[in-house]
Amino acid sequence: MSAAAPPPAPADGLDHVDERLLRTSPTKKLLARPELGSVVGAIAVFVFFSVAADSFLKASSLGTVLYAASTIGIMAVPVALLMIGGEFDLSAGVLVTSSALISSMFSYQMTANVWVGVGVSLLVTLAIGAFNGFMLTRTKLPSFIITLGTFLMLTGLNLGFTKLISGTVSTKSIADMEGFPSAKKLFASTWTVGGVELKVTILWWLALVAVATWILLRTRFGNWIFAVGGGSDAARAVGVPVYKTKIGLYMGVAFCAWIAGQHLLFSFDVVQSGEGVGNELIYIIAAVIGGCLITGGYGSAIGSAVGAFIFGMTGKGIVYAEWNPDWFKFFLGAMLLLATLLNAWIRKRVEATK
Amino acid sequence: MTRVPNGGVRAAIGAVLAVALTAALAGCSSTGGKRAEDARKAAAAQGRAAVDTPRWTFAMVTHSGDGDTFWDIVQNGAKQAAVKDNINFLYAHSDEAQQQAQLIDSYVAKGVDGLIVTLAKPDAMKTAVEKAVKAGIPVITVNSGADASKAFGALTHIGQDETVAGEAVGDELDKRGRKKALCVLHEQGNVGHEQRCAGAKKTFDGALQNLYVDGTNMPDVQASILAKLQSDPSIDAVVTLGAPFADAAVQARKSAGSKAEVDTFDLNAKVADALAAGTLGFAVDQQPYLQGYEAVDLLWLYRYNADVLGGGKPVLTGPQIITKDQAAALKGYTERGTR
Repeated sequence: MSAAAPPPAPADGLDHVDERLLRTSPTKKLLARPELGSVVGAIAVFVFFSVAADSFLKASSLGTVLYAASTIGIMAVPVALLMIGGEFDLSAGVLVTSSALISSMFSYQMTANVWVGVGVSLLVTLAIGAFNGFMLTRTKLPSFIITLGTFLMLTGLNLGFTKLISGTVSTKSIADMEGFPSAKKLFASTWTVGGVELKVTILWWLALVAVATWILLRTRFGNWIFAVGGGSDAARAVGVPVYKTKIGLYMGVAFCAWIAGQHLLFSFDVVQSGEGVGNELIYIIAAVIGGCLITGGYGSAIGSAVGAFIFGMTGKGIVYAEWNPDWFKFFLGAMLLLATLLNAWIRKRVEATK
Repeated sequence: MTRVPNGGVRAAIGAVLAVALTAALAGCSSTGGKRAEDARKAAAAQGRAAVDTPRWTFAMVTHSGDGDTFWDIVQNGAKQAAVKDNINFLYAHSDEAQQQAQLIDSYVAKGVDGLIVTLAKPDAMKTAVEKAVKAGIPVITVNSGADASKAFGALTHIGQDETVAGEAVGDELDKRGRKKALCVLHEQGNVGHEQRCAGAKKTFDGALQNLYVDGTNMPDVQASILAKLQSDPSIDAVVTLGAPFADAAVQARKSAGSKAEVDTFDLNAKVADALAAGTLGFAVDQQPYLQGYEAVDLLWLYRYNADVLGGGKPVLTGPQIITKDQAAALKGYTERGTR
């Protein structure tokens, strides 16, 4: 099944056979997948570091790479869906921090069971996501402006509130409070499988990818996302609830920000209020590497996972390869650029053979 | 993916407020939290002006980024000294050199009675500081820029020599019999960070490598340190340059099954705890509280009595090596944000 939006009706007035009814070969189907380019890129990066770094192929290293990828991937999934829906969210990075701060400070200040803070955080975070979507659909301003505004406001609120409530710029430790151990189990536990340490975030990540893929390809909401991203006016004309879809997508980002935020809180039990700035770009880059078009209407959740995996491999591979750290950022940039170029090149070839 | 029914947004916001208000009653923790803190809190002395000198205005301009723990403590020190000295204290910061210089200019234009400046990027601050000195405003430099301070016409410099602090780390690692150390830098391009690691490298008899991590992304910091420890099991010491990163290093060590000792620069409550518990080896404290406090106090002394401290040499606030023995005593101070 193709993940692309249904093409607009041919304008030349000639009689066309509906291409959706055409039989396509499995190879062609595979080539039409949006994440194909990123998979090739991921294999290239994997082979490259397997050769360049001897400790990269060790099982324990794989656990680390997967962990690094999962913390990006959890957010790359909803960001990819949002991008398929034709919008951006620049507030996604700090929203993760906000979510962690809210749970921590609410639990602490109210001396409440940690789970109460976690619940309040979910509601507030979802409300912030709804605010983004609501502002976007009401004002019709570009999402760049709306979420940039939210990004700045959240950055300020994170600092301001933390300082106001805690007296310092980081939260107080909640590790000795009731409910912490069980919450830690859910959001930040570690399993050892065959000598390899795996973080629970990897499970969250895989589950989110599976759910998002199901939504995109098997549900009406998924069709709406593609339709809205392909062209919101056309979508509205055929009865797609454009506003509802977009608000839902922003709330999806918020939901995942909540998961990522709780992981942050329960793995370190103290949250620094200034964190998260800049991460929104990493999520967007992971989605783009994974085959999401910046213009919307095309992409996949699996692609975003592959994008996050490339990020994880590159970031940690450089460490495993023991390269001169002065060049760290350069290598990272070059790898990302190469992966994206390869991705774009393959997509072009695929589209040419269609 | 969450679906919102029509009007669901407003309902959701309403629900948030309702739940936020009632949640406190829903479930309480009998351990930890604010209540425990309040119970712990002894009568903390609320500062009152101890002098009746005129209410002068002192301004401080630092190169701090937003929400930096370290600079928060510096500010706390400065504020408490300001209360005691009957000073109107103003504070501004920017991690962009150009903006920091502009902030200094605006305080000079405002005609403050004293100025406290950090010289992390000395060249960019030169004109602004000299302008202040020319306008007759006494300037004290803090934290960084010991070399440039005097040349720019500042009264004195209060801070820690980063290279000296790094050297102290190298010595301490030697004393602890370490052979291969990792220096974790959380801000690429920070001159002070480079000096610390270079200083440690100089005095450390073993091998020392630098590792750059993204300080705004804590899981990434942890994964990077973990990756490094996995790729080189012979590393037996990890030195982080900021207190929040020490915990990430401890967790990475645990995941890697490494025996490396984790040491750090700067203190916070968690570091004090970990030192007392023995999960951290030692912490290098440059006493940021002292940097803020002394700067305001010395400006006051200069205005009141024309006193200058340091005899033309920087007044050092560190490095103070803190180990298990002192950690318990310092924990209370870290919790109130002054150590």
